[in-house]
Amino acid sequence: MFNKLIRLTTLLALAFTLAACASKTPALYSWQGYQSNLDAYFRASSLSPDAQTQLMEQDLQKIRAAGLAVPPGYHAHLGLLYGEQGDLDKFAQQVALEKSKFPESQTFMDFLTRNFKK
Amino acid sequence: MKYQTFSRIAIAFVAVALMAGCATKKPGWDYSAYKASKPSSILVLPPVNNSPDITATYSVMSFVTKPLSEAGYYVMPVGMVAQAFKENGLTQPADMHATAPQKLSEIFGADAALYITVTKFGVSYTVVNSETMVQVQGKLVDLKTGATLWQGAAQASSVEGEQQQQGGLGALLITAVIKQVLASTFDDSHRYSGMATDRLLATGVANNGLLYGPRSPNYGKD
Repeated sequence: MFNKLIRLTTLLALAFTLAACASKTPALYSWQGYQSNLDAYFRASSLSPDAQTQLMEQDLQKIRAAGLAVPPGYHAHLGLLYGEQGDLDKFAQQVALEKSKFPESQTFMDFLTRNFKK
Repeated sequence: MKYQTFSRIAIAFVAVALMAGCATKKPGWDYSAYKASKPSSILVLPPVNNSPDITATYSVMSFVTKPLSEAGYYVMPVGMVAQAFKENGLTQPADMHATAPQKLSEIFGADAALYITVTKFGVSYTVVNSETMVQVQGKLVDLKTGATLWQGAAQASSVEGEQQQQGGLGALLITAVIKQVLASTFDDSHRYSGMATDRLLATGVANNGLLYGPRSPNYGKD
């Protein structure tokens, strides 16, 4: 009986130690298709800006519905897509969202706002 | 009674051995400048491409946001960064990399800049094999002082971890043909580009990786 207990404890201890080694911090953000959307944007040929925008809006709904965090740059990139299609209101809206979620972006977002208005 | 004592000692030994397994080797990179700088935001410049494949720069650029963000940094929006350079008349990554740190700091407001160079990107063929290989180097620079905080290199290849081929030359040739077809069909280079970028930007002092940033729960613990 006592030996069994020892064996059990050993196993548990082993499991915990191994788990400690393998432990990975959970993801900070929900990525969805963001990286492949960036790739599509850079390639410029594979998907129209409108299709890219729609994919990013759909993913944004999923991220919000799941209550997860939107990755850095996501709102800014969506704003860029709107801006390139001439929708300056939505550009400004998304840029403001990026700025409020990530104050680190302020300098660059202000620079863009000044330069996109021309 | 003796058996129990033995068990206890055995448990202690196993525990110590396992802990040692966790313990890490000594870092080779001197992190003192990096730790003193405490960057919270990173500007990734479009990578300089030294490979013949012109898609390399923006393939790697599309992969940098995730590993750096998950490490706890704010990453300047990569699409907008590329666009901002273009609108200011810079289309070549080498010219972007030559921009003064002070100027970059002024426009982007980032604490640090990451300069990446792609040294290999694509498929190389031999008679009996083909290999898709992506190789990248990175340098993290403090934009206020211009000091280098970190440097690293990584690669990903289609032949890593491959089992030793069996079945003689005929089978080898067939494998090679199949792989060449597959490589051109599935945009392998882009996939290995993602792997190489993830490896380059992995955290972990033990492997001379990046430190965690302020948005990570592990910040300051490395």
